Amino acid sequence: MRRKHITLFCLLIAACLLLPGVIPATAVNSGNNAKTPLAMTDTSEKQTTADHTKFPALNQAFETGQAITEACLSCHSEADDQIHQTIHWNWLSPYDAEGKTGKAGYSINNFCISANKMEDSDCNSCHIGWNKKEEGINCLLCHSQKDVKWRDEFKDYAFFKESGELEIADEIQGRIKEGAQSIGLPGRRNCGTCHFYGGGGEGVKHGDLDASLHSPDKNLDVHMGQDSENFRCTRCHTTTAHQIAGRVYSTPASMHRKSLVENDMVPKIMCESCHTATPHKEGDKMNDHTDKVACQTCHIPAFARKNSTEIYWDWSKAGNLKNGNPYIDNDATGRPIYKSIKGSFKWEKNVMPEYYWYNGSVKTVMAGDKINPKETTRVSWPVGSREDPNARIFPFKVHRGKQPYDTVHNIFIAPLLSPEENGYWKTFDWQDSSKRGMEIMGLPFSGQIGFADSEYVFPTTHMVAPEKDALSCMECHIPSAGRMTNLAGFYMPGRDAFKLLDMAGWAGVLAACAGVLLHGLGRLFTIGRKKEN
Amino acid sequence: MSHHTPDKMKRIYLYTRYERSWHWLQMVFIAVLLFTGLEIHGMYNILGFEEAVEIHNTVGIAWLIAFAFFIFWLFTTGEWKQYIPTTKKLFSVMHYYGFGIFMGRPHPVPKRKEAKHNPLQRLTYLGLAAALLPLQMVSGILYWTYNQWGEWGLSPSLTLGMVALVHMAIAFAILIFIIIHVYMTTTGHTVFAHIKAMVSGWEEVEKTVPIEDWEKAK
Repeated sequence: MRRKHITLFCLLIAACLLLPGVIPATAVNSGNNAKTPLAMTDTSEKQTTADHTKFPALNQAFETGQAITEACLSCHSEADDQIHQTIHWNWLSPYDAEGKTGKAGYSINNFCISANKMEDSDCNSCHIGWNKKEEGINCLLCHSQKDVKWRDEFKDYAFFKESGELEIADEIQGRIKEGAQSIGLPGRRNCGTCHFYGGGGEGVKHGDLDASLHSPDKNLDVHMGQDSENFRCTRCHTTTAHQIAGRVYSTPASMHRKSLVENDMVPKIMCESCHTATPHKEGDKMNDHTDKVACQTCHIPAFARKNSTEIYWDWSKAGNLKNGNPYIDNDATGRPIYKSIKGSFKWEKNVMPEYYWYNGSVKTVMAGDKINPKETTRVSWPVGSREDPNARIFPFKVHRGKQPYDTVHNIFIAPLLSPEENGYWKTFDWQDSSKRGMEIMGLPFSGQIGFADSEYVFPTTHMVAPEKDALSCMECHIPSAGRMTNLAGFYMPGRDAFKLLDMAGWAGVLAACAGVLLHGLGRLFTIGRKKEN
Repeated sequence: MSHHTPDKMKRIYLYTRYERSWHWLQMVFIAVLLFTGLEIHGMYNILGFEEAVEIHNTVGIAWLIAFAFFIFWLFTTGEWKQYIPTTKKLFSVMHYYGFGIFMGRPHPVPKRKEAKHNPLQRLTYLGLAAALLPLQMVSGILYWTYNQWGEWGLSPSLTLGMVALVHMAIAFAILIFIIIHVYMTTTGHTVFAHIKAMVSGWEEVEKTVPIEDWEKAK
């Protein structure tokens, strides 16, 4: 009998300890089991079914860039119409019917501030046209697999042809033709030429997009790493009729969080597309986070992990000259900390992101919007709140700076900068460059210039780190100095506490300790009295 | 501390094997839950948040299952009657612990097989077993199933803060209970008498004090 009881009791204890392990923490979400994405490589330079060297249209001598584009369009008949509707061509958000949102509109930033409706010509050096935007679409900037300096090559070609040095001219024409015939999907170099160098230099704008992504390793980016999945940009930035997914202006980006298993035609590839909304092993608490915390938050512990990124730009310091000449000061790593034409800068490597609620759209201040110069103006800010079901806590690079504003009208100034237009970078004259810049924008300018603090945000989504580097719970779930200290309005275990309850609770515990101590001492001192009884 | 002579005492078998095992198992569960719970609350960093949460959840559910067995035992054995609250002699028990105990007076309601708990214990244990612990389990389960609240229609009227408040408040209450409870085990005829009884099942009680009918559980 006794043995039977002991056996039963042991079974009971075993059941108590084992059963909770068997019940998954979230018994409901057990639908998705496809967790591990297949290793997909995207290395092929030639994914198309066509060999462009065999096309007669491309086997001719090209005198101009436009001639190449015409050759392209002789087959790709709709491409120009498609391009003319894209943000890459217009620099205007397709989601803004008024046509104000975008670099070519009234959106401003705290880098070169404004493209002055694309009349500040230096800004257009990143435009996908021949001769900036002047001479039509340049298909090759995005599609040629050869790194050709098109403008220089055509200039040289014309020069040597004219001067009768045909051998050299032929050689150049050979390079032009080779560039025009080696066609494929855009590779990292094509996209990176502009997107790794935004804001006037490498690593200036995005914290998660810089030249280190030309040939990253797995530690820098698990998806793009050449020793890893080796994704090219278009692996995730899917394209329909030249509309490339992935912009953030006012795109309601996170409306459709579907995996490709649910819908393989989703217009935008996000983490969930391949990894699903429950990417961690079943029962893992991490899976419960994905409704409110973006994958990027834990999996990009820091950005600019290889090259430093600019975090501060103070325009008010611009204009100092040495012997009447503009100059540049670099720090020990070769990053500029002062430029006469732009002001002073700060750079940082391995930067911890700042976290905000984000539903996939970023809003920007428009030129002409009133600001409060006594406070830091958020020139751009993420849209979203805890109550928004599409919003997640998301990591951002925040670029801070000081930029010129009109102290009478309290609006930011969009100065004309380019030397070609006799802008500030040539004249160092704030008055003239501001006046002409604001004229182009159709905005008033009082002639009174001050400098106001501003912030600009970039969502951080590239440079996804290997699993071993993902954030641990305690990066956020700690009482102080956690990563989410600025996010209010909800209770986070480990971070939050009810101070009054904690005080009362510990007071009660102390009182209990004191009480039993005194009672015990009382008994100790009255032992004698008991013996008398 | 004892003024009793052994011939005055008699040994009674007070706690069955299941009761004792349950008691000590529960002690271990609660100790682990308090330790990991306070770590999750950010009091210290020993196991790490993730580990603490995992252990806390597992042991919490284990406790819940063991508690269900305990309730089953209570009602099948009729032992639940030991928890029926009463105010009779409550005052004299309180008076004893506040005064008589220092004078060496005998306990007004000594333990008997049919009446394991004095009136103060009855109230305390009933409050614990019927109110505080179930409430702690419910708030714990809610905390654990936070992500399902939407499906169950609980959010947004219920917030995690409310649940955390209740869970934490009861945790403090349990911690305070433990301090007093452990101290009270030393108030037997020897310092370790009550603890020994909870190990062996046999409690030594005085022969002379008669048991009154109202005290009997059966």
